[in-house]
Amino acid sequence: MGNKDSFGRTLIFVLVTCLVCSVIVAGAAVGLKPLQVANKALDKQTKILEASGLLEKAGNDIPATYNKYVEAKLLDFATGEFVEGNTQTFDQRIFALSSDTSITPSNDIAKINRRANQTVVYLVKDDAGNTDTVILEMRGSGLWSMMYAFVGLETDLNTVKSVIYYDQGETPGLGGEVENPKWKQQWAGKQLFNSNGDIAIKIVKGGAKAGDIHGVDALSGATLTGNGVENTFKFWLGEEGFGPFIANYRQKLQQNGGL
Amino acid sequence: MSDTKEMKKVLLGPILDNNPIGLQVLGICSALAVTGSMQKALIMTIAVVLVTAFSSLFISMMRNQIPNAVRIIVQMAVIASLVILVDQCLKAFAYQMSKELSVFVGLIITNCIVMGRAEAYAMKEPPLMSFLDGIGNGIGYGAMLMAVAFFRELLSKGSLFDVQIMPLLRDGGWYQANGLLVLPFSSFFVIGLIIWAIRQYKPEQVEKD
Repeated sequence: MGNKDSFGRTLIFVLVTCLVCSVIVAGAAVGLKPLQVANKALDKQTKILEASGLLEKAGNDIPATYNKYVEAKLLDFATGEFVEGNTQTFDQRIFALSSDTSITPSNDIAKINRRANQTVVYLVKDDAGNTDTVILEMRGSGLWSMMYAFVGLETDLNTVKSVIYYDQGETPGLGGEVENPKWKQQWAGKQLFNSNGDIAIKIVKGGAKAGDIHGVDALSGATLTGNGVENTFKFWLGEEGFGPFIANYRQKLQQNGGL
Repeated sequence: MSDTKEMKKVLLGPILDNNPIGLQVLGICSALAVTGSMQKALIMTIAVVLVTAFSSLFISMMRNQIPNAVRIIVQMAVIASLVILVDQCLKAFAYQMSKELSVFVGLIITNCIVMGRAEAYAMKEPPLMSFLDGIGNGIGYGAMLMAVAFFRELLSKGSLFDVQIMPLLRDGGWYQANGLLVLPFSSFFVIGLIIWAIRQYKPEQVEKD
């Protein structure tokens, strides 16, 4: 067999080791893929149900509840109209990478760099099949990280039901408190626009006054995260965000009293 | 049987007598990052115990075949494969945890303890002893992690394993959370104090000048 330190033996040993390791790693990656994909989908569905307030109702059966009540639709930002497309495979983050499917916003206050031309909007139905919550996906830079959120709105597209940050890397205990249930609670019932139709939602340092329908308490020690949250809303409610969609939707709402 | 005694020493020695963090001061980097909460520290402990034990086992099994010139690279290949395996399993079976831990799980590859044990122990000793040595050192590392996490989580959030022990002022309780201990670098203070305490108890660990 020869000396184990000979050139030939070394080469063979390295090749065999690499082969065995790569087979194990590849096997695990492929074998566990279905479970991982299912986990990811379940996680997203859980957040959407949380944003729509159906999480408690769902109990342990999240996919069934999701399929029963939630309808995902692809929205074109520029026209503000729903378009045909596969909402299952659509991923904002991937579409925002290519210049064919995304734009660079001219007034990028939320610092998102690029915005995909389309997005998925989730319409949550009640038991009778009428839309009762509209969930918009928003993102914006905080202090350290891109913060991803689902924002649940009443059908007037003005009253907030919930703001669920589901992916962020802010300082734990300070900016990371955007995931704190107490902080999330106070979004319920806030109004995004004032009576003139201007964006009015804002983060108030030192705490919003009682009865302030546009103000949300700032997180103490997290000024920049708070600014990021406010700018996220300003951007996504504006012309380059959901502005056209909201305008269309309101018009339809006035014409036929429902969607 | 003298063997049992030796096994016990290899398995339990690293917890207090020869703690990888406390005495050898290895693996500090990950100890800073994952000690914010007990639960994270526990998952990290399990991951490190598994990786250290099995990498020591496999490397010990191969030790007479590994050519000297490439031994470090072979050790890396074995460790890296095991770490990826752990990461994939976490993603499949504990998705929430993997979302928070995935970066740090990847960093187990660079954890000095894993390679240190492979190079210093598993290259010379038979498989069973190496396996126990790996478990022992993993537990030693984990014990320190859990100790640090205990203080950090208790003092910064008033909770242990996410169960509220001391109600926070913010939620209408009496405990003012310590914001400093939320930040990773505060582990330095806690680790330093724990090392001091261990060396008070076991003065033979104090380095001679």
